[in-house]
Parts: sequence; C-alpha cells; structure tokens
Amino acid sequence: METNEPVDGREGRPYNTAADPLLEVKNLNVDYLASSGTVHAVTDVSFTLRRGEILGLAGESGSGKSTLAYAITRLLRSPAVITGGEILYYPRADLAGDTSDVSITPLLRVGKRRRAKNGSSSYAELDLLQLSERQLRSLRWNEMAIVFQSAMNALNPVMRVGDQIMDVLRAHRPGMGHDSRQQRARELFELVGIAPDRLRSYAHELSGGMRQRAVIAIALALSPEVLIMDEPTTALDVVVQREILTEIMRLREKLDFSVIFITHDLSLLLELADNVAIMYAGRIVEMASRQDLHRHPRHPYSYGLLNSFPTLHGPRRKMSGIPGSPPDLRDVPPGCPFHVRCPLAFETCQTVLPVLQPVALPDVGTRFIASPGQLVACHLYDSRYRETPPTTNELAQAYEALAEGTTVA
Amino acid sequence: MISLDKQAAITETTARPILEAQHLRKIFPLRNLNFLGAQQSVHAVEDTSFALYPGRATALVGESGSGKTTVARMLGGLYSPTSGSIRFRDAAIKLTGEQLRKYRRHVQLILQDPFSSLNPVHDVRYHLSRPLRIFNHARNNEQETQQILSLLNRVNLSPAEQFIQKYPHQLSGGQRQRIAIARALAVQPEVLLADEPVSMLDVSIRLDVLNLLLRLKDEERLALLFITHDIASARYFAEDTVVMYAGQMVEGGPSDEVIQRPMHPYTRLLVSAAPDPDRINPEKNASVSDLPVRREIGSRGAEIPSLINPPTGCRFHPRCPHAMAVCSQRFPGRTELGNGRWTHCFLYGDGETS
Repeated sequence: METNEPVDGREGRPYNTAADPLLEVKNLNVDYLASSGTVHAVTDVSFTLRRGEILGLAGESGSGKSTLAYAITRLLRSPAVITGGEILYYPRADLAGDTSDVSITPLLRVGKRRRAKNGSSSYAELDLLQLSERQLRSLRWNEMAIVFQSAMNALNPVMRVGDQIMDVLRAHRPGMGHDSRQQRARELFELVGIAPDRLRSYAHELSGGMRQRAVIAIALALSPEVLIMDEPTTALDVVVQREILTEIMRLREKLDFSVIFITHDLSLLLELADNVAIMYAGRIVEMASRQDLHRHPRHPYSYGLLNSFPTLHGPRRKMSGIPGSPPDLRDVPPGCPFHVRCPLAFETCQTVLPVLQPVALPDVGTRFIASPGQLVACHLYDSRYRETPPTTNELAQAYEALAEGTTVA
Repeated sequence: MISLDKQAAITETTARPILEAQHLRKIFPLRNLNFLGAQQSVHAVEDTSFALYPGRATALVGESGSGKTTVARMLGGLYSPTSGSIRFRDAAIKLTGEQLRKYRRHVQLILQDPFSSLNPVHDVRYHLSRPLRIFNHARNNEQETQQILSLLNRVNLSPAEQFIQKYPHQLSGGQRQRIAIARALAVQPEVLLADEPVSMLDVSIRLDVLNLLLRLKDEERLALLFITHDIASARYFAEDTVVMYAGQMVEGGPSDEVIQRPMHPYTRLLVSAAPDPDRINPEKNASVSDLPVRREIGSRGAEIPSLINPPTGCRFHPRCPHAMAVCSQRFPGRTELGNGRWTHCFLYGDGETS
C-alpha cells in the first residue's frame, strides 16, 4: 500500500523527511463483541503516517474513526477486540545513539531486540500489537499521545493543571527533580500560549479554549512523535477553534511531530491536514491529499460528505447532502457498504466489495497531475465495470437527481 | 432545483413583519451571597431589535454566550424580557396567561437537542397529538390520526404508519428532530424559532433537516428565526443575518452581503475563523482571506467576556484591533450602510446616538 505519495503542496514546509514512515497500519480489524451480534467497527484498514504529516480521519459518527485511534494507541477495552492486522511503529533512527534526548530511552530497550533481528541499522520497527503492558507504558506519552474531545473530562477536576503535567513527568521521568519538573511545566504552558501562572488553576477556572490548550500541553509533555487528536475542537466556538488549530500547526512546525486528526468536519481537514482518509462503515473509502480531495473527490461518499457543508463563497445553490443513514455495523450490507445510499450504484456494487486502489485515469492531460496518491474504493473507477470514470460534475448531477426524486415525493 | 435567491422578489414587496423584537433586554439576577454587596446579574441581552417576515428566514449568528438562545426564548415566551417589547402582527403583546396561549398558537420553538426535547416514555402519536388536541385542530381520533400521518409525511418520515407508534429511543437523531419539527408544525404556526436545529445532528443529516425547513418556509410562508454558530449555514439558509456579540447586536443585513463583505470587526473575525478550504486551496478568489483581525486576536484572547461585569461601551472593544477611546465609553448607535445593511461600530459612524 505504498502508493500514497507525499504532498508537495504546502508552501514553506519542505518535506525532506516526508518519505520516512513513522506509523504503518496494515489490514487492521477491530470488532466489538456484543450479545446482539459482532460489530465490525474497523475493517481492513491500512495507511501510513509519515514524519511531520498531519493525517485527517473523517467520517460520520459510527464510521470507526475513534475506534481506529484507540486501536493504534492500544487503548481499546473489552468488548473491543483487535482481530487482525499489524500496527508498525518506526522509532526515530537518529536518536538511537543520542541518549541526551530522554524521551526515547525507555523504548529503545524494547526496540533493541528487534534491531538485532532486523539487522539493519536504520530502522527497527515495533509491532504495537505485540507489545506487553510494560512496553506499552514506555511507548505511550513518550512516543504517542492523545488529546480527547472533551477537555473538561480529560482533566482532573480536583487537581491543579500544573500538578497534572508534573504527574506525567514524575511517572515517566523518574530522574527529574521537582524544580526541573516545574520548569518543564512552565515551558509547556508557554509553548501552548497560556500564562505560566495559570499552572495553579483548576480546570473549572479555565475557559474552554484554555482547557484544550492545557490538555495539548500535557500531551506534549514528553515530546511525543505522534499526537492523536480526537475531535479536539468540536466543543469549542469557531474563533477559539481557529486559534487551537493555528496553535497545532505552529507547534508541529516547531516540534515536528505527526498528527492524526479525527473530526467529522471535513472542511476543517481540508485546511489543516496534509492527507485525508475518509471512513465509511469501518473502512477507508478514499485516501487523498487535501488538494486532490478538495478539487476532485472521487468516491461518491466523499463527494457527498464534502457537499454537506455550506460554503462561505460562491453562488448560493441548493445542496442535497447524502440520503439515508449509515448502516448498522452488526449487519453491513454486502458488496460496497455505501451502495444503499449511493446515487451511482449499479448491480456489481451490491455483491462485490471494492478495494482501495489508486485512481486510474485514462485522460492524457491529467495523467501526471491526477496524483497517484489518490486511492479510492469504488467500482466506478475500475475499468472492468466502467470505461471512463465519472467526473466530479457527474457525481454532482447524480446527487441532484437523487435529491429531486426523494424530497419532492 | 429550487432557487435560493428569491431575495430580490421578496425584498421588493416590503411585506409587513409578522413578529418584531423591539429593544429587548434580558438581565438574569444572580443569587446574592454577600448581603452587603451590590446585586450582581448577568447582562445576557442588550437592546435587541429585529423583525421576522413571512416566507423569510433570519439567521442569528454568534458564539456561545452571545445571547442568541436568550433572544429565541424571549420570543418564544419562555423568558419574559427585562425591558422592551415583542410585537406580533403590529400589536404589542404581553406574554402571560391566555394571551401567551394564543401567542403560542402562532409562534413555535424548535430546540437544539432532539434527545432531550422528546419525552422518552411517550410515542410519536402522543407527541404529535397533544398540540392537535390542545389547540383544537383535531376533534376526534380519526381526524387526529389523519393529521398526524400528514404531519409525518410533511417532514419526510415515511412510511408514516410505521413512525406513528415508535418511541424516541427507536429513532435516529435526524428522525427525532423531524418529529420535533412536526410537533411545532402541528400547531399550524406562522413563525418558527429554530434554536440550533442541526448542530446536534450528524453531518450528512444536517442538510436534510435544513432543506426540510427551507421547503416548509417556502411552501407555507413560515417566518423563520434560525439560530446558529455556523456562519456558512446562515448564508445557506437565511435571507438575512444578524450578528450578536456578548448580548449586543453588532451587524445585520442580507446574508450574502454580511458574510462576503463583513464590516464590523467582530463579523470579520467570525468569518475569518470559519473553516474555509478555498482559503488555502485558492481556486476562487477568496475575498476575506487574510484579515489583520486574525493576527491580532492572539494576544488579546479569543473568549467572550463575562457578562456579569461586561466591558463598558462596545463589548467587543477589549478584543478589537481598531478600538478607540470612545469604544469603551458608550455603545455606538446604529449606522445604516445602505442595501438594508447596518452596523453598530464607530468605524462607520455613530448613527443616532443611543
């Protein structure tokens, strides 16, 4: 699955390290075992997160985005079970001999064994699904941190926020003295743009935006390589949301971590993310750079999702959205799970499951521009079923026709 | 394809407003813990005036804490205004007792959260039959059933026969909100006050519900108040937009005008903060791309001030990059900018001084 090329679009940010993978998810499956039937929350998901990349995960509620994030951090609890796949993590190679960076040491102990087996000196990948609880403990926060949706619930209400940062440092950096912990906490607050005297505040004394910043500061306490953000701005007002997003971009610029950003707000991802994965019913149905997705969404679902958001510019036109509702994950329809709602579905869609593959475009003019990086799981782009893939206009017309048919009745 | 731009045709007719808010104010007193101290109160809404017209939607836009919901609740008769008046069909009305009951026959509220606005122990039939019975629209069971079925069809819940006996927990968020809309319609109102009707719904369902409301507005000539924090959906949905900040009205006018060419610094901030893929992927000319406002708010904080001791004068002045001395002394009057647009900002004049 290495067809997804790095994005070159973001001006001013050279993608020198863009080629090295940091996290590789391969054919991941997660089920929730329930008495009323097994819920296939994540099915056969594969993607690669590169160093310094912001990867967006978008989809409706129930599409499996959060489950995927929790699976990557191994935070899933029963009844959720990872039933298959691999999650490979590549620790930073240039840090192998550099013990001055304290963040890597605990994990290197885990990594060394693998390095010997691997034989290569550059990367020693870890399969996160094979790690023990102890090993996971050194992985979490050092390498991978998570920012939850509701900052109010993520913070301890009876503990000062400063103490919560120092708590992390005490647990993960036993060698650190009290003064240096305090120093680090001040640094972190300054980093995310809160006055360090707020370290003595309780969560309820901070505004929504400040709480979210505090949670980000805690997540960054040990300089992780991967930051997973699960709807970090959904509960915030639009101006505060903008500030937090700008902050995330700025911090990434400075600290060079990678981000997996989960949201249902696709228009946000089109501004923020380098690459976007669209999930539907537990599968990735389209994977593309944000420019490609913005200019020409390929999957009918991506198009529908993209057009569920009214725009600030352009003509005011009637928009139609996606008819119907997402499927019950205990009983996903056969074939393409989207065929029930798809305006362009044909017979094959009901029986054959499409796989995620590069969009093959026969047009001469667009052959090189039409990014090999755009992957889509849709039969419309399979030359076996359809000679010419549909254009964005065709998708638009199909949705319009469908909307006329249903709402007039 | 239903054209959204019926604006021109409607504005020309200068229809009479059906519901008007005139200088509404709302102050919530706080419980006083210190008997010697001055009485504290939340100044939720200050001097709000606007009008709703049949067949026309007005959006009330602002962040949380800007007083939009309080305005809707005052118009819906749930709160009584501290001062100011509500005029319905050109007559000032007092929202108490029998008059309030009569008023509710014409003005209905749709609340944000369909999960708490429906009673979990009652089925759909019960929810829809209450307004029909209370307002004497249905006199016997047969009429009632018939009307409920037609209501369900009007909100696109089909087959209606199946939905009539369902309970709220058997419905999805979008379906519940449709029931809430049907319940409001059961009264046969002329005005619908929709308080964030789609913000709790899943992304793909939001447009469905918005389009349903749009259709009802057009077909039944309903006057709609659409409260939202999302400025893009205000543009999609409403002919007119009013922007509120910390309880004060700051700008208003035709939606497209307000959002494409925001005048008040707060509106500019709001527009520049909204997600906008075109900004970074410049295929079209983004008119509000890089406003100085965004760079300057960083140091000034991005939160709405406390309304217990709100800033004096224009409440936006502590965050405003263009603040002048006069801004902290008094609130500017309304300045007409032509084309139905107006703003309260000293940058554009003082209007008639308040």
